[in-house]
Amino acid sequence: MIKLLTLCTAILLAALPVRAEINIQEVTSKSGIKAWLVHEPSIPMIALNIGFQGASTTDPADKLGATYLMAGLLEEGAGDMDAIAFKRAAEELATSFGFDSSRERISISAEFLSENRDASVALLKAAITTPAFNDVAFTRTKAQVMSIIARNKSDPDELASGAFNELAFKGHAYARPYRGTAETMSALTQDDMRAAHARTMTKDRLFVGVVGDITADELAIMLDELFGDLPENGADLPTPITFQASGGTTVVDFDIPQSTAIWGHQGIHQKDPDFFAAYVMNRVLGGGGFTSRLTQEVREKRGLTYGVYSYMAGYDQADYYGGSVSSANERIGEAIEIIKQEWKRMADGGVTDAELEAAIKYMTGSYPLRFDGNGQIANLLTYSQMNDFPIDYPKNRNSYIEAVTKDDIARVAKRVLRPDDMRFVVVGRPVGVQTTD
Amino acid sequence: MSIKESFQMKLVSQAIAFLLFTISPAFAVGEVTTYTLDNGMQVVVLEDHRAPIVTHMVWYRVGSADEMPGKSGIAHYLEHLLFKGTDNLKSGEFSEIVAANGGTGNAFTSYDYTAYYQRVSADRLGLMMKIESDRMQNLKLTAEEVLPERDVIIEERNSRTDTNPNALFGEHRNALMYQNHGYGIPVIGWRHEIGQLTRDDAIDFYKKYYAPNNAILIVAGDVNPEQVLELANEHYGPRIPSDAIKTRVRAQEPPKRAPVHTIFEDPRVRQPYVIREYLAANRKTGDQTEAAALTIFAELLGGSGVTSFLGQRLQLQEKVALNVASWHSATSYDADTFGLYIVPAPDVTLQQAEDALDAALLSFLDQGVDQAHLDRIKTQIQASTIFELDDQESVARSYGEGLTTGLTVQDVQDWPKVLAAVTAKDVMNAARNVLDPKASVTGWIRAPKEAAK
Repeated sequence: MIKLLTLCTAILLAALPVRAEINIQEVTSKSGIKAWLVHEPSIPMIALNIGFQGASTTDPADKLGATYLMAGLLEEGAGDMDAIAFKRAAEELATSFGFDSSRERISISAEFLSENRDASVALLKAAITTPAFNDVAFTRTKAQVMSIIARNKSDPDELASGAFNELAFKGHAYARPYRGTAETMSALTQDDMRAAHARTMTKDRLFVGVVGDITADELAIMLDELFGDLPENGADLPTPITFQASGGTTVVDFDIPQSTAIWGHQGIHQKDPDFFAAYVMNRVLGGGGFTSRLTQEVREKRGLTYGVYSYMAGYDQADYYGGSVSSANERIGEAIEIIKQEWKRMADGGVTDAELEAAIKYMTGSYPLRFDGNGQIANLLTYSQMNDFPIDYPKNRNSYIEAVTKDDIARVAKRVLRPDDMRFVVVGRPVGVQTTD
Repeated sequence: MSIKESFQMKLVSQAIAFLLFTISPAFAVGEVTTYTLDNGMQVVVLEDHRAPIVTHMVWYRVGSADEMPGKSGIAHYLEHLLFKGTDNLKSGEFSEIVAANGGTGNAFTSYDYTAYYQRVSADRLGLMMKIESDRMQNLKLTAEEVLPERDVIIEERNSRTDTNPNALFGEHRNALMYQNHGYGIPVIGWRHEIGQLTRDDAIDFYKKYYAPNNAILIVAGDVNPEQVLELANEHYGPRIPSDAIKTRVRAQEPPKRAPVHTIFEDPRVRQPYVIREYLAANRKTGDQTEAAALTIFAELLGGSGVTSFLGQRLQLQEKVALNVASWHSATSYDADTFGLYIVPAPDVTLQQAEDALDAALLSFLDQGVDQAHLDRIKTQIQASTIFELDDQESVARSYGEGLTTGLTVQDVQDWPKVLAAVTAKDVMNAARNVLDPKASVTGWIRAPKEAAK
């Protein structure tokens, strides 16, 4: 036993964290479209990740869900191809496309072989710039989205996040169901699709990450080819909003054996000077892994849950600090009490030296693991640009983490954690937990 | 996950045991090196030198289908308990060491295997082996750790299954499909049995199955195979093989004599659908042809949305379906299933949907394979040999799954060739074999009182 532990300690002290050694270039096309590129020629393939910022937040109130449905139709035919022709063409090239839309981002991914690059790009261009929105595909896909909307009404996580957003961002685009409601979805028309396309998929909202077997010069040409025909400007993005809900509890009655709870209060922005101290603090509090305080207290010691997490979350125009937990109806009350205690304990006392050291070692050492595979890296490149990170962020990010001290965290914990402002939304039949207001 | 996928997957993935359908589970990536240690532990090394990172996995050839009657969930419970203490590490210290070395890790249990893994900087491989080999045989469990962890598993079951009618439906159908085999029992265990599992149950299971000659080490990433072997000998070499490890023999299914039809009602259901599974051939060592033909059949029939046979006919032409799909669970120790589902369009009843599905199946058998579609699938199989070079972890998992379900390294490497060699005739033969109504379970799920319209 002694021998094993000594060896572990020696290794811990001796080894430095791996650095993320990826070389990111910014590429600008002739017409001024920008992308970030990692040239990785060892496999004859290219991964592309495209993001359009804003998405459903720009839907008019009576057209909720228009952008979500529109994004679902991008793979359902383009130019003179119907859905089958489009999909067959992709199959013949062995090219895979992914189209998704979340609250404020349309995400498009593509992976193709180098040898099929031009044909794949032509196909993708058609989907992005000339989607067909034809009758058959429109009717069918709308029915699929109606089914998703119906099903989400009995999904505890969806019920929780829906109620939470209504309270937290009252009156704002973030409070709305971004897939729409049964009423708004059923009223949408093909004209609404064209309008949603024109207001969301524009050059000023576009972010691109590319990884693989392509040079900067080749990419510059590809960018104009893919995006040159898009409109310049999209609809306005929403204005910033602070967290609207007060401290307290909201119970959403739903007949299930286990309650799901999410909570939150105002958070801080990623560009806030205290962000990294808060980020390291959150790792210790409940940021994942078996070692966090919340996991230790709620799961390991008491067996109250399978998973409990805290996170610094937010949208482009809102920041909140929150978390989630699920426990049997009879036990959720105890789980919530312990979470509140841990929130206060961290606000009052910060972290120990050992906790800080372990958190920094994990966060710096595991960072390179995120750069795993071309598709994953392309996604990170797009995400970084959308969050306005500098291009050297991956090189420097670990040094920001390493600079965080115990005193920083003690100060920031007091500032950021607001035990009295925690708003819990609980979905289920929780025993002994009531709505407070 | 795309919008189309979220439409399909969220609904049904919880309802079927596996929807990890890939056309090409494993290919001979870059460099693959294999060894067997003197104590019987198999070693597979997959090289990928693009980043200084390594995935370290240990797979045990034991899963929930190897459990004793009445002890359902013990394989998975033990997997959780392996994160407690050993003779050398205090409880929780395993995870602390992994995290403090910038690593991530976890474990998973299925019907046929239990696996533990870490991803970490390549220079920490020896340390990961040291602590992973330690818990292979030195586990020490105390009552105060074992009981809260059992509650954690009850909560895991709540989260995964009991709050989700689709998951409960899946459990129910599996129990009908397998009248005698362990695949009919949920991996996580029946709730009433999980609550009765004890420390002694876990220890008995551990002593019986956790030994180097029942384990496979898989290392993928920026490593040198000779160094991996050296480290493996140092850390796993001293582990003592067990005489108790024998060929796995499980209760097999009796002949299937009649179709099973079931209606599952739950007030939380908002989207009714029909799902059917047939007992189907799995991949067998040296004989993967029928499983490969079924895998291609599933792809042709309903593997690719609107371009698949069922998609074109039921979604586009007849417009009776919001969605259809088919899949084949090829990689398992014993016979697994071939499955289909149809989500009816609004105003189409479950009976009408099932009838339309049956008529479409007959048409497929009548019309035969669309050669152009088969060619496109072959193109994708070919291309995936390249795409897989970018996904070392999934290749590592393919070896783990293959080697814990009775296949050899050669079988795993042959699989893409076997898939590529499948002919239209093979597909039709396999289709006729598998679509035996007597070996099928058909389920309807809906909210109560919603009489089939």
